[in-house]
Order: sequence, then C-alpha cells, then structure tokens
Amino acid sequence: MLATEEDILAQAESWKRAGKGVAIATVVETWGSAPRPTGSHLVIDEDGLFLGSVSGGCVEGDVVTEAQDVIADGKPRTLEYGVADETAWRVGLSCGGRIRVYVERID
Amino acid sequence: MKLDILKSLNEERRARRAAVLVTDLSSGAQRLVKAAEIAADPMAEAIDKQLRMGKSASVDIEGKTYFLTVQAPPARLVVIGAVHVSQALAEMARLVDFDVTIVDPRTAFASEERFPNVRVIAEWPDKVLPEIGLDPYTGIAALTHDPKIDDPALKLALQASCFYIGALGSKKTHAKRVERLTAAGFSQEQIGRIHAPIGLDIGAVSPAEIAVSVLSEIVLSLRRKPLRSEKEKAA
Repeated sequence: MLATEEDILAQAESWKRAGKGVAIATVVETWGSAPRPTGSHLVIDEDGLFLGSVSGGCVEGDVVTEAQDVIADGKPRTLEYGVADETAWRVGLSCGGRIRVYVERID
Repeated sequence: MKLDILKSLNEERRARRAAVLVTDLSSGAQRLVKAAEIAADPMAEAIDKQLRMGKSASVDIEGKTYFLTVQAPPARLVVIGAVHVSQALAEMARLVDFDVTIVDPRTAFASEERFPNVRVIAEWPDKVLPEIGLDPYTGIAALTHDPKIDDPALKLALQASCFYIGALGSKKTHAKRVERLTAAGFSQEQIGRIHAPIGLDIGAVSPAEIAVSVLSEIVLSLRRKPLRSEKEKAA
C-alpha cells in the first residue's frame, strides 16, 4: 500500500519517540503544474530514511540532504525548486512547475 | 514543530476530527487549531475557508505569511451488500485510499474469503452503522437491491450528512424507494442527495465496470463538493 498522510505523520512521531532526529518537509506553495499539492509531507530521520513525497521524486533527494542540516541546527528552512532555478540541472521539476518547501525539525 | 503538536495532530486524525496547523513562516511559530476551536480563533475565517475546501495553503494576514496545514479525516466508504459489484468496488476503493467496510447481514455473502483485504461485518446496517459512526467524511453505497437491508442504511446516511450516498436500482426501484423515504418523514431535498440510479453513466456492463462507475461518482462527490466543516455539522 502507498503511504497516506496519516502514515507519514505517525511515522514522524514514532521516529522521534524512538530518539531519532526528525524533520518534516511540507509543500507550502506551488506554481504551474506541480506534482504534489500544497500540504503534502515528506518526513526524514537523521539517518536519511524518509517517507512521503513533495514532488514526483524529482527533488526529494535534495530535500532529504537539506533536512540533515535542519535536524542538526534546528533552524527551519524554506527551499524553492523549479526549472528556472539555477540548480535546475541538478535538481529541478521536469513538469515545469515551481514549488516551495518548508522544512522544520521536530523538537 | 513541537512533538506535542505532532502528537495532537495524530490524535485528532485517529479520532476522525478535523484540525488545522497554523505556521508563521517567518518565525516558525506554530499552533494547532482543532475543529471545535475554530470559531473562537482570530484567524477563524481563513481557517474555516481552507478546511471547507480541504486544501492546505499559504495565507497573508496583516502583513504576515502563515501556512495552514489542513488535516481532514481520511475518507471512508461503507458498502452495504457483500455482492459481486462490492467485491470489485472494495479492491478499487482501497487502492484510492478509502478506508473500506462491507456490511451485509447475510453470512453467506459477507465472508472474509470473498473480501480478503477489507473489513467485513455480517450484521444488519441499523445495528452496525451507529457503532461505526457515520460522519460527513463517510460515503455509503447501498448495493443489495433489498429495501430491508438498504433502507435503514440510507436513512442513517442521510441523517449523518454523509458526503456520498448512492443506491443501486433502476429508476422504477428508486421511485418506490423515494415513496418509502417520504413516508418515513424525509424531505425531498434530503432524498435528492441520494445518487440513484447509482454511478456515472459510462455504459458499464460487468460488475467491475459498474464498480468503476460507482467509484468515479464517489471521488467526484468527495472532491467537487467541499466537505462540510465540523462547525457546520454542529450548527
């Protein structure tokens, strides 16, 4: 079965209770054709395990990496992805849309 | 996010109550507004609007940008009748992430062998539906053709403002059903909420095709019509 939003947030809680550093990434803004709607979650633990999605798989790798910094220093970050982005060759959305992702640590 | 906020969010979801998480995107400050607390919240209007649409979104209020994470209960589907169409519908609805329950008092039909992947309850709807607890995030498809089984379920679904209520049967069968429900005191407007004949008209022939037509209609009802907020339900 596919993970639902319910499984995703429950997983974040259980990782945290197990003593892991955990971050939650949320799609807070989309422009154009974005693969996942605003409010979609990706949860990441300190070992880089993750559940959920914020795109069709295009930028998750980068969000997971950024999440490690958020878990380390506790400062929330807002990340933006899109074809117009200078990092487009590395990570970008093939669909042509743009998304903004808010990443925060669970304390 | 504070762990206790995440815990409350998960608790509200498990209890099938709506909740909205408000995040100040510049400071990171957060608070959880439960369905029952919305009316008294300073951001009530914006929160209520997003919940009604079932959509999370950024909103600008007095020069600040807030993100509202809307958490509406997962949609459930209760199928009355453990019939052939139900077998296909149960599998398809499960893939579309509905929490599926099959109810049929006839034990020969309502068996786990026939429905290996969903909850099957061999009981009369009027006994089991109050236990399940129908709400605006629950849809009901009555598929038995038998008024003894379907009617009590339809009555409870109408009272609970289920987001979808469908009943199998021809126009003639439905006309008789309308007569019975009218005699039972339901208004024309209430009865009008029942989708009958059930399903979108896609020319379905086989049980699985009929299931596609019914499921399409259910998704349409869920997504096109904004779900009523708990506030509205309480009013």
